[in-house]
Amino acid sequence: MKRVITVTVINQSGVLNRVTGLLMKRQFNIESITVGHTEQPGISKMTFIVHVEDENKIEQLVKQLSKQIDVIKVNDITDKSIVIRELALIKIVAPPNLRMEINSIVEPFRGSIIDMGKNVVTYQIVGNPEKIDAFIELIQPYGIKELTRTGVTAFVRDAQVKPTAQLSILQ
Amino acid sequence: MMNAQVPVKSRESAPEEAKQEIKKQQNGAALFIESLKKQNVEIIFGYPGGAVLPLYDALYKDPIKHILARHEQGAIHAAEGYARVSGKAGVVIATSGPGATNLVTGITDAMMDSLPLVVFTGQVATTVVGTDAFQEADIVGITQPITKHNYQVKNINDIPRIVKEAFHIASTGRKGPVLVDIPKDIANTIFESEVDDNAPIDLPGYQPTLHPNFLQIQKAVKAIGEAKQPLILAGAGILAADASVELTEFAEKHNIPVTNTLLGLGSINGEHELFLGMAGMHGTFTSNMAISNCDLLINIGARFDDRLTGDLSKFAQKAKIIHIDIDPAEIGKNVPTDIPIVADAKEALKALLKQEIETPDTLLWHEYLAECLAEFPLWYDAKEPDTVYPQQAVELINRITNGEAIVTTDVGQHQMWTAQYYKFKTDHNWVTSGGLGTMGFGFPAAIGAQFAKPDQRVISIVGDAGFQMTSQELALLKEFNLPVKIVILNNSCLGMVRQWQETFYEERYSSSLMPVQPDFVKLAEAYGVKGYRINTIHEAEDILTEALLSDEPVLIDCRVKQLEVVNPMVAPGKGLDEMIGVKKG
Repeated sequence: MKRVITVTVINQSGVLNRVTGLLMKRQFNIESITVGHTEQPGISKMTFIVHVEDENKIEQLVKQLSKQIDVIKVNDITDKSIVIRELALIKIVAPPNLRMEINSIVEPFRGSIIDMGKNVVTYQIVGNPEKIDAFIELIQPYGIKELTRTGVTAFVRDAQVKPTAQLSILQ
Repeated sequence: MMNAQVPVKSRESAPEEAKQEIKKQQNGAALFIESLKKQNVEIIFGYPGGAVLPLYDALYKDPIKHILARHEQGAIHAAEGYARVSGKAGVVIATSGPGATNLVTGITDAMMDSLPLVVFTGQVATTVVGTDAFQEADIVGITQPITKHNYQVKNINDIPRIVKEAFHIASTGRKGPVLVDIPKDIANTIFESEVDDNAPIDLPGYQPTLHPNFLQIQKAVKAIGEAKQPLILAGAGILAADASVELTEFAEKHNIPVTNTLLGLGSINGEHELFLGMAGMHGTFTSNMAISNCDLLINIGARFDDRLTGDLSKFAQKAKIIHIDIDPAEIGKNVPTDIPIVADAKEALKALLKQEIETPDTLLWHEYLAECLAEFPLWYDAKEPDTVYPQQAVELINRITNGEAIVTTDVGQHQMWTAQYYKFKTDHNWVTSGGLGTMGFGFPAAIGAQFAKPDQRVISIVGDAGFQMTSQELALLKEFNLPVKIVILNNSCLGMVRQWQETFYEERYSSSLMPVQPDFVKLAEAYGVKGYRINTIHEAEDILTEALLSDEPVLIDCRVKQLEVVNPMVAPGKGLDEMIGVKKG
């Protein structure tokens, strides 16, 4: 199963290496990882998505990460109500005659054009990973020249209400 | 914290102004040595080289004792032995590159067995770090997964803080090795600004839990009150927490039998009537049956290592499990736990001792265990009348030293026989490489142990193969006249490898026999150490008595039965209740 883990760390050289090294040693498979500064100086936050077989393994992962001296806090936020975002840059073959058509696909995803060439257009899409997956699937037939994704970053929502199926569309 | 080290000013004679004058002229190396003194370091095991020349120059005039090993691996195993028996952090210095990489085995060994070490390595100058300079190795990268924490000093002002933190991290919580990498130019930099030495340690990510949660203790009390077949499994956590008195009191108070892990030996007197012997792969039949049949297993400071548990799906299936450990990550890692208690073993036992527990009648359980002990004791068959059987040798050593010596071993058959037949009377006397299983550990560890306890008898029981991995340290016995006693249980082979080949590979002894061995007596004599040889059982007692009771360093080449195997055994992948090599006594 997929788990979303956030790790608050002291921003010291080598700390990313410590965390990923530990995941490697304990044989965890990282799907994505993002790191960046937080509101507190000297403190960074990592968000990663890992695949694990069972609850026990994830408990072990959280405990092992917590043991690292540079790690201040580890949270498995998968089962909480969370905001989760990823950014993707997608370069698409879009000759002028097809552009309108492609734009009509991009529009509902609230993507934006950030670069344009003679025959290619680069779009930026922001959202949860499923939304980006859906966009990629729709746009694939037009020919993706290049694609890059940042990996997700996530937050626990202020109000911890379990999202209803309807609300989850709004994410 | 138990090992909190109070900084002590050692030079009190210099007036305040003069002191500051001295400080202004200090380089990083001198500042480093001063920081070590604040941690009350009395002994360093090390080996110099280019990148640590400034550190060694600063040591030259200093009263801290430095022991020059003959190989970095010898130095770090000595520091481990020192740490194991003294409870204090062992300190090691090695140079950059090969000096540092030669420490890797010892660091891993200390990590696996939770021994407090602070390891200082030299590094090439910061100006050339990352350029593959002469004797450069990325030791911080290399040791990251095998240390509790590691540092590279990037600024001279950080030296006092990093040294302080390193000792704190190494010797608190679940103890372990910490490495500090010091680039040469930083050691050479003249230190100018003042440093606040009394700044408290600020490690927001490191707050070990020492005191048990009261609710969890209540749950444990209830479980103990209901158990008809309780058992205590005591591990090295008891020794690290210095809780052997509390353990014994707790076991006696509630009349609960005790078994040990390999590393936990000595946490209760080996002759205690509640003690069942070691558990696990080569544990006693009784201990393993006790684990298999108990209805409550109280694990205190053991990590359910695979050599202890055997097949996990068959481990303690009838038992409710209480697991007391200072490291939360150990709880539930291998064995699902019913009542987890994160705490220092001593604190947890103290909390349990405060509780009044009405325990049910466990007479039947004790009768069953007594029957197991009587019917299936440890055994060996000394068929050949003249041959020394290794078990006999260990029994003799136990008798001659009355179970009171510090004993160190490597890994393998001799280690298991020592664990089975040496009955440790007290704690902190057993020094062995458990988790990593390092050959060549025992002898240098004995050197470190002897430095820590100069007045105690230290015996290193080693195999002929393992001894040859670090035998160069014989030079230290002569140099410091250390009365370490080396007993080589010499079977001219890699005993445990051979045993497995005999049992699981149809006696194909691939690269495990050593037909050519040095003359160990002459080897000892070459280093100026007295050597003895034992060929038959008839002379064993006299020679061992003379050699072990002497005040000098000695080496005893004890020729033992080559094809002897360690019994009984839980074959790999089997459950504890499926022991082979069990015999009716």
